[in-house]
Amino acid sequence: MRELKIAAVVVAFSLLTYYLVEPYAHHEMHKKVDAQGVEIKVESHGFTYDGSDDVLEAERKGDAALAQKKKAFWAEVAEVSKLKGDAAAGEAGFALCLGCHTGTGTNMGGVVPPSLDHAGKIYDKNYLIALLKDPAMASNVDHKYADTMMHPMGSIKSMMSDNQQIADVVAYMLEKKAAEVTPKEAYTEACMRCHALRYANMTQLGETPAFKQEKEALAYKIKVLDEQDAIKAYMGKLPPDLSMIIRARGEHFMETFIENPQSQLAGTSMPRVGLNHEGYEKVKEYLTEVGDPSKKARENLGPWVIGFFVLFALLAFLWKKYQWRELH
Amino acid sequence: MAHFEKANSLNEWLDQRIGLNTLKKVLNTEYWIPKDINFLWAMGMVLAATFGLLVISGIFLLMYYKPDTNLAFDSVNYTIMSEVGYGWLWRHIHGVGASIVFLIIYIHMFTGIYYGSYKRGRELIWLSGMALFVAFSAEAFSGYMLPWGQMSYWAGMVITNLFSGGSLEAYGLVEWIRGDYVPGDAFLTRFFMLHVLLIPLVIIGLIVLHFGTLRLPHVNNQEGADIDFKEAAELYKAGKKKESKVIPFSPVFLSKDVFVMGVYFILFFYLVFYNFDFAMDPVNFDPADGLKTPAHIYPEWYFLWSYEILRPFGKDAGLIAFGIAQIALFFLPFIDRSPNVAPAHKRGLFVVWFWVLVIDMIVLTAMGKLPPTDPTFALIGEIAAWTFLALGPVLVLITMFEKKIGKGA
Repeated sequence: MRELKIAAVVVAFSLLTYYLVEPYAHHEMHKKVDAQGVEIKVESHGFTYDGSDDVLEAERKGDAALAQKKKAFWAEVAEVSKLKGDAAAGEAGFALCLGCHTGTGTNMGGVVPPSLDHAGKIYDKNYLIALLKDPAMASNVDHKYADTMMHPMGSIKSMMSDNQQIADVVAYMLEKKAAEVTPKEAYTEACMRCHALRYANMTQLGETPAFKQEKEALAYKIKVLDEQDAIKAYMGKLPPDLSMIIRARGEHFMETFIENPQSQLAGTSMPRVGLNHEGYEKVKEYLTEVGDPSKKARENLGPWVIGFFVLFALLAFLWKKYQWRELH
Repeated sequence: MAHFEKANSLNEWLDQRIGLNTLKKVLNTEYWIPKDINFLWAMGMVLAATFGLLVISGIFLLMYYKPDTNLAFDSVNYTIMSEVGYGWLWRHIHGVGASIVFLIIYIHMFTGIYYGSYKRGRELIWLSGMALFVAFSAEAFSGYMLPWGQMSYWAGMVITNLFSGGSLEAYGLVEWIRGDYVPGDAFLTRFFMLHVLLIPLVIIGLIVLHFGTLRLPHVNNQEGADIDFKEAAELYKAGKKKESKVIPFSPVFLSKDVFVMGVYFILFFYLVFYNFDFAMDPVNFDPADGLKTPAHIYPEWYFLWSYEILRPFGKDAGLIAFGIAQIALFFLPFIDRSPNVAPAHKRGLFVVWFWVLVIDMIVLTAMGKLPPTDPTFALIGEIAAWTFLALGPVLVLITMFEKKIGKGA
């Protein structure tokens, strides 16, 4: 039938245009290439960490020594991972962590050490091991420090140098700090100390309380500004507010960026956070709740509206048939 | 004063005062449309319906939107999206509608070109339609400024910069348009005014004109046949509907329109609910930041073809080419020298010209978004831009030598 042929032509050209300006153009725009112009595929590893990306990055930079160093580092992490950790023995070691990770929101060396209440739940085991061995290397921000001891958590290296002790502390976290976590808690522990979330009334100091007096509110605001200044000084710029980030970045970007910020933004001062798959899903859930709260309503209403128009089109088709019955 | 009888019904009462029955005849039951048409003839009503949706959703958004550089982004992304009941629905309808309306406009335009519906008395239909295209473009651009995201800001910066006129360096004009050195509050509030008042008024006026220009020359048909509408209408009214070449606008033509609209709305709402990123660019969900230029600045897809005509040339040549591209299509009824009103496939070389135009505009559209830093894309873009510019003179030539087709179909 002629009409269907015409419709096929119109649809084909529309889809071709769509393909060219959307999937194809966006792929070309965000393509990453190495020095030789070969495309680098940025892929997620399912939120597990073995340092393979870090080694590749160093190799691409042409820094063989660094690549070797990273390889050795992550090989050792893998070794520690094989050790059987003793949670009971790890408790004492973990107590050392609480010296800084107090949960009181006190800035130390640039940022507030995050609460470790759900560390065993939301972070990956290998990442935790790597972090205890060398925080800068684990976070893949060693390029920021001439000596990784300068990392705010660098002193851990002198506090915990025994592999068995590290395995024990990690075992302790995986066992004792692994209670169910809400999406909001996951965000608070993993992201909040750097990223404000104004649509959820959150700053780097947590949820802003309600004040009766304007004076108190202003005094609190000054505290927030001071905290932000400290972070700015440490990070180079104030990390962005994440209120709308779930709409501003695609799924693939979010996954690969959170897994390894360097993969999408080479040279960024954002550290790898080390979330495991569950931790990432929780954080994503919270960011969706804040930045795209209508997602559920949208997905629930969609089929009804589309169903309505299917019915509408059917009835309209019958009406058209009826009106045109005597015309040919 | 006219003599008024006591009316027996509301219909009669209204008929005495505004000639309701005459109006119905002129606009509906005796507004004759050729029978030999396909679904492309419904695009006008599809456009009207989409414009209606844009107006309605726009009115709802207007109730909560705040035209202030400090408040705009949050009023859209927080207030409307999370606090206002169904605010997200109106915003998605508005965003998707603004994008998809251009798809329909382009289909509508290419339909007109393919069937030669801009000639022999139909010139004003084409010209008023092109004026509508320009008005819709201005409406789309001004609306794009309002969420005050990164793309709003930087698109506003780039497009207003065009008015510096290349080597003329008319920065005074640019500042006058912006009301500031860079896009700021004055810029946002004036584009807000344009978007919600001045341009919609112009559009509504132009739609009335566009419909008006259609009434006397009548709608074209699939074969470009020259129909004696008076005779055909008499046949229809006499009950010889099979023999008659025409149908009344309402309810016969309308029933087909409504069916096409139904199919269209299935697609439309699929996009509103499930696939909207093409119309609501993720980059624009980052708030405007004058200190942070996005890695890629590109217009919405419907402006890409003319953007690409600007890009491959030098500063001044590019502006001139861009200017020509903006107005070139206006002249179509006058540079098509052939007297034939017929579908392109019956017009010899014209059909080749038509498909080259379609494909060239798609290539320009694609290259307008692809990074020009890639030499292959830049070259393809330049060739496509030259092709577009050459298509005008070529049309004059091939239509001058086009064989005249005998009357009727």
